[in-house]
Amino acid sequence: MDSLSVDHLIGIKDLTKNDIELIFKTADAFKEVINRPIKKVPSLRDITIANLFFENSTRTRLSFELAEKRLSSDVVNFSAASSSVKKGETLIDTVNNILSMKVDMVVMRHPNPGAAKFLSERVDARVVNAGDGTHEHPTQALLDSYSIRERLGEVAGKKVVIVGDILHSRVALSNIYCLQKLGAEVMVCGPTTLIPKYIHELGVKVEHNLQKALAWCDVANMLRIQLERQDIKYFPSLREYSMQYGLTKEILDSLDKKIVVMHPGPINRGVEITSDVADSEQAIILQQVENGVAVRMAVIYLLASKIKRQ
Amino acid sequence: MERQVILNSRHFELTLNRLCYQLIEIHNDFSNTVLIGLQPRGINVVTRLKKQLESILGKEIICGNLDITFYRDDFRRRETPLIPSATNIDFVIEGKNVVLVDDVLYTGRTIRSGLDALLAFGRPEKVELLTLIDRRFKRDLPIQADYIGKTVDTLISERVSVEWEEIEGEDKVVLFTPESNG
Repeated sequence: MDSLSVDHLIGIKDLTKNDIELIFKTADAFKEVINRPIKKVPSLRDITIANLFFENSTRTRLSFELAEKRLSSDVVNFSAASSSVKKGETLIDTVNNILSMKVDMVVMRHPNPGAAKFLSERVDARVVNAGDGTHEHPTQALLDSYSIRERLGEVAGKKVVIVGDILHSRVALSNIYCLQKLGAEVMVCGPTTLIPKYIHELGVKVEHNLQKALAWCDVANMLRIQLERQDIKYFPSLREYSMQYGLTKEILDSLDKKIVVMHPGPINRGVEITSDVADSEQAIILQQVENGVAVRMAVIYLLASKIKRQ
Repeated sequence: MERQVILNSRHFELTLNRLCYQLIEIHNDFSNTVLIGLQPRGINVVTRLKKQLESILGKEIICGNLDITFYRDDFRRRETPLIPSATNIDFVIEGKNVVLVDDVLYTGRTIRSGLDALLAFGRPEKVELLTLIDRRFKRDLPIQADYIGKTVDTLISERVSVEWEEIEGEDKVVLFTPESNG
């Protein structure tokens, strides 16, 4: 029972409620560790982890690297920009070359949905998905739910609205799975063009009016407008988007309750969220980042315990 | 399994009492000494010692819990992952005399991990070890206790269990011996 049901972390979809609770319980212990004077434990001294980032990332990559180092594992970093991928090497070849240098686990971010699953079926290493295109970003969803649990006591029964670009967001999809598995009610809110057509199939509510969505919820997760994925025009202008879907102090203060405001970062200040909201008491954006390290330590620790040596 | 009570509740209390006075003999009024119990079962010993010491000395004794899961040397040699318990050390151990407390000292591996875990919190002046039961003959590491409740000579196949009034209903120490095949 006290073991994950999966050998790789590809998506929240594959996890059970027990898996998520086990990760949270383990993360509690790591959160205590990273607040010690010496923020490091020797558990994974004999494990080597490769961070393969085929897409840009600052926070996720730093967070994974810190988590790995605080577990005492050896870390190698790889980014596509400065690699042989540019010379035409395939994903499997790249990874197998790295694995032949005796690497036990791979943390991968890739622009193609399904890349992590593809890899996990073909190489002999544990795979952690750090975001695959518009598919899933499981550790982000875990740390979001962990932060809600920390702030509100539990996730079950809470009402969470995810606002913004649901269409392109792997954070949204992973969050929907994670929140629902933990018993929360989920609503998505955004312009019609950025809400996937069949989102109802996932059992979430849809609302196009931000004010109404906020009045309903306990927690608002404000997603970033992914300017790099706006290949066609989904809304007339950033200014128009922020006028309709930007969270301002005035809207927040007009509600008859204090909701929790989250953001997975990086923030476009003044677009989806104004500075005074992002820096307010109700925002737990920086706590999310801190919890990210603890949650990633828990995921890596639990997956590494499944690696058996001869 | 054959059960043999090696410390009944009366002797259990006497033993804890004696340990308290031994601690006071060395640490006087505990002004620079803290007790740290090793999770999970060392905590019970600390809770009892704290209560007893406080009633003798009439002052608060600083105590903490230390979880050693992440410092163990058998990680990934087991079927399931080791799940941690809480660590609760909300004081500075720098320059303090620390008494590590556990219920049973056997191979010494737990204490080895405990020493490692402790150093993550700073550099204590001195570290001592208190154990309620010392099982001789199967020490894997050069570790000995400074304060011992009772020393028992056991076979590897035997098991020693410390039971508590708060948890199991009665204070006692039981030795389990597997039935011999004749």
